[in-house]
Amino acid sequence: MFGIDPLWLSAGGLAAGFVFGFLLQKGQVSKYRVIVGQFLMVDHTVLKIMLTAVFVGAVGIYGMLALGLIDHLLIKPALLLGVGLGGLIFGVGMTGLGYCPGTGVAAAGEGSRHAWFGILGGVFGSMVFAEAYPWLATHVLDVWDFGKVTFSDLTGLSPWVFVGLLGLGAAAAFALIRRAEQHPVT
Amino acid sequence: MTNPFAARKWNPYLVGVGIGVLSWLSFLTMDRSLGTSSSFVHVAGLLVGLVSPSHVTGAGASAYYAKEVSEKTPMFDWQMFLVLGVFLGAWVSSRTSGDREREAVPGLWAWRFGANPALRYAAAFAFGAVMLFGARLAGGCTSGHGISGGLQFALSSWVFFATFFASGIATAFALFGSEGRRHVRD
Repeated sequence: MFGIDPLWLSAGGLAAGFVFGFLLQKGQVSKYRVIVGQFLMVDHTVLKIMLTAVFVGAVGIYGMLALGLIDHLLIKPALLLGVGLGGLIFGVGMTGLGYCPGTGVAAAGEGSRHAWFGILGGVFGSMVFAEAYPWLATHVLDVWDFGKVTFSDLTGLSPWVFVGLLGLGAAAAFALIRRAEQHPVT
Repeated sequence: MTNPFAARKWNPYLVGVGIGVLSWLSFLTMDRSLGTSSSFVHVAGLLVGLVSPSHVTGAGASAYYAKEVSEKTPMFDWQMFLVLGVFLGAWVSSRTSGDREREAVPGLWAWRFGANPALRYAAAFAFGAVMLFGARLAGGCTSGHGISGGLQFALSSWVFFATFFASGIATAFALFGSEGRRHVRD
């Protein structure tokens, strides 16, 4: 029951997590006011970080795939009713808590006290989900199952089309954010 | 030049680049993608397992724990170490820059719901539970879906991104209203 990954993998996870947590804290997304500020559209730090990370990540992952450095992707299945409902529920929880799971752990590292209660609640929510899973698996998670698909799989277009579109979309979003930041809410 | 590790805040675009590159390295060296919410299930399984081991492990285990904790992903897996690393990385980052925030009740929350820590802690627990229930229903959170799935152009992850963001905005305005925009930095 209490198995453990090989040492190199565990150490690698710890190192990757350390860098991740360091970056989240330096990016200020370990702060309640930054997360909730994004949803109130007064602080766009979350979008700046996420869109940049996704664009840079996409260039690298599809670049490494083209070069043969990696030979597969790691795609989650599109169980669209579950994903859609889950996303809606997640948004309520994340906004009320003011952290997401990763930034909540980073916030606890930064000293936030209420973040610990969010983490404990998250463990409790996972227990509840585990008990509800048998029912959900046959009533929700088997609805609109499109499998482990990407936009390329769906459209037959090269992934670089989507890398390009994402780059344009992110650039447009950043331009809008810059404009909004010139007229701050007072 | 000032020491960047002593700075409280890094440029968010630079932080995004860092997280993007970190995702390349995780794929390339460990065949893993960044994620955090599965670890809440592992911790939940660990706690439930202390009381009732047969509910979490073995032939009679509950379906969700059997799915999430297995030979392939042991209890103390890569991601559990990653989450521990996130905590440590944020801790070191906040220590080296002096950006420790022992927040109990965020200013915005206190403006709207009062400065009672017990109420805030109870709310953080409840919203944390809702958030993780949603994450498990969706099969990932802001890191696993939002960043890792987003950068691979997975259909599931972009549906998650759209739904959690829309729900987050609706929840933020429902909780705090437009007036809350003026109190985000309280």
